[in-house]
Amino acid sequence: MTAAFPRTEIADRLAAVGYVADPGLATALALMDMLKRPLLLEGEAGVGKTEVAKALAAVHRTELIRLQCYEGLDRNEALYEWNYQGQLLAIKIREGGDARQIEEHVFSERYLLERPLLAAIRRPTPPVLLIDEIDRADQEFEAFLLEILSDFQVSIPELGTVRAVSIPRVVLTSNGTRELSDALRRRCLYHAIDYPDVDREARILLARIPGIDAALALQVARLVERIRKEDLSKVPGIAETLDWAAALVGLGVSRLDADREAVFDTLSCVLKTREDRARITREVSDRLIGRVA
Amino acid sequence: MPAERIVLDIGVAIRRRLAGFLVVLRDNGFRLGVAESRDALAILAGEGLGRAGMARGALRALLCGRRTDWERFDQLFDAYWLGRGVRQRSRPAASQAGAAGPMGGGSAGPLAGLALQAGRDGGSPAEEGGAAGQSEGASRHERLASTDFRKIADPQAQAEAHAIAGRLARAMRARLTRRDRAARRGRAIDLRRTLRASLPTGGMPFDLVRARRRYTPLRLVVLLDASGSMNLYTATFVRFVHGILDNFLEAEAFLFHTRLVHVSEALREKDAGRALDRLGLMAEGVGGGTRIGESLATFNRWHAARVIHSRTCVMILSDGYDTGPPERLGAEMAALRRRCRRIVWLNPMIGWEGYEPSARGMAAALPHIDLFAPAHTLESLAELEPYLARI
Repeated sequence: MTAAFPRTEIADRLAAVGYVADPGLATALALMDMLKRPLLLEGEAGVGKTEVAKALAAVHRTELIRLQCYEGLDRNEALYEWNYQGQLLAIKIREGGDARQIEEHVFSERYLLERPLLAAIRRPTPPVLLIDEIDRADQEFEAFLLEILSDFQVSIPELGTVRAVSIPRVVLTSNGTRELSDALRRRCLYHAIDYPDVDREARILLARIPGIDAALALQVARLVERIRKEDLSKVPGIAETLDWAAALVGLGVSRLDADREAVFDTLSCVLKTREDRARITREVSDRLIGRVA
Repeated sequence: MPAERIVLDIGVAIRRRLAGFLVVLRDNGFRLGVAESRDALAILAGEGLGRAGMARGALRALLCGRRTDWERFDQLFDAYWLGRGVRQRSRPAASQAGAAGPMGGGSAGPLAGLALQAGRDGGSPAEEGGAAGQSEGASRHERLASTDFRKIADPQAQAEAHAIAGRLARAMRARLTRRDRAARRGRAIDLRRTLRASLPTGGMPFDLVRARRRYTPLRLVVLLDASGSMNLYTATFVRFVHGILDNFLEAEAFLFHTRLVHVSEALREKDAGRALDRLGLMAEGVGGGTRIGESLATFNRWHAARVIHSRTCVMILSDGYDTGPPERLGAEMAALRRRCRRIVWLNPMIGWEGYEPSARGMAAALPHIDLFAPAHTLESLAELEPYLARI
């Protein structure tokens, strides 16, 4: 019954906001809308998982609400909190008044602090909800999240049940720090993101760095690909490539092989540990440049 | 009217083929429920027939749940939908042959082994499964003959090894319980609950509610060397590892020889016989040379982030005879050491009189090991108890 989903259209619209998606990802994003399922993105740090959510928000011209997960994150911090200071003050001021009225006043919308999850389901237009690094949160939190993601409603004891005004598009990201539950995985669509190939990375550079020369973009992408293959402790991500390309453009470099000095000096944009920096010596750097030029 | 009937026929055929595909995926460890079947059908209905290439991406996003699924999906998809004898015309009869063909055929390679391993316990509900099951029988037999762990050691000793693992687990659990109780006093005030508790007193927080400290249970990750030189010990060790997975709150097991295999799933089987069967099927190639360094590299690269947390003890059961370069082993051990709480290396050779860890691999690994202990007898395994209890 369902019409074929407009996959190429999504890819085009992502490209228009500066995100170069591979076909698999475009498919997954199209499916998100079709099946109303969250999307789980897995991949190493720096492959652009978070960017997907940002691009999605830009494509749909909607707000991006981000929940950054960490160990010990609990539902209060993710969902809602009461403004205790305000409540205490209100109680003090009305001391001696009708207890029931005070309670009603204190547990009203006015003292409710929205956290990302509650905010996401109360927006009139569906926002993009990014649940970043879900693998860092504890298992209990994951279970709670599962509940929210299936019903899109929460009950606040003092206020009653809050139902979603609009169903947000949910993107979850994971670096694989902890194994996620099968229940969560089953609820989500899945896409594994890898480092982009040379062609895609070059197109990303062209889309994101104003004034970059196409030949330079290709050279940088090829060099970064080589660097990723070196035995590094911290493999550079796309953000690093972007920084580096911007630095090179800023320094007026037009060809890597013409300006080896500048390339070597700016390597710190992509190499982020002392060991890695030591591993790519001037000779290695020159050799790599020689290969991509 | 006729057009409508054709659409209907196509629907049935797709449905059958899809059901078969989902069975194949489930047999290969994909966790799929009814909702996935429904959505998959919706995708195929939307994509139309004969555009397997288009549907693939969509089905992959829907049906995969983890990276291992993701990496195998294309292979499984091709084998099932584009396999030998299966062309665009999907009559039900053709679909059965299609399901059995690629799975049973030798060309499927590792795929056949995977289906085989999962096929044992799951059972195959759909009709396609029956055909696939038959062709599995023969190859399973061959594999078992070459890698039967049970043939080697006597059952008495194996049961004992299992019991020792249980004892180790209990020793560590006692420690956990104590930690938990001590933490109940709490470090920080839980403002939210405190204020809630203060409502009866008009906002005066008389009773402070404290947050209970979270604790992480100790996790044991076992890496078992199943190479030729370990042959004499493997059977007992496998039982020991099975006991560990059986009794520990959190444990993961890997087996390595020339490559690394994640075997926790197979060994979670309660019945020891069945667990060993499944393990035998997974440990294809056991008895070859050992590439400890390379196996550790695989572990560090693909599994460590997931299975190791701050309270993890890694236990390596190996004689340390590595056919790879010792520097590699040393470097990987160093990387592993940075990640986990403790590395325990159990070496069956230590028990031998006059043994020196002179194997070059062992010498390279030694500086990164917290406890280097013998493991040639069951008593030596039991002696680990006090050490593990202290971690």
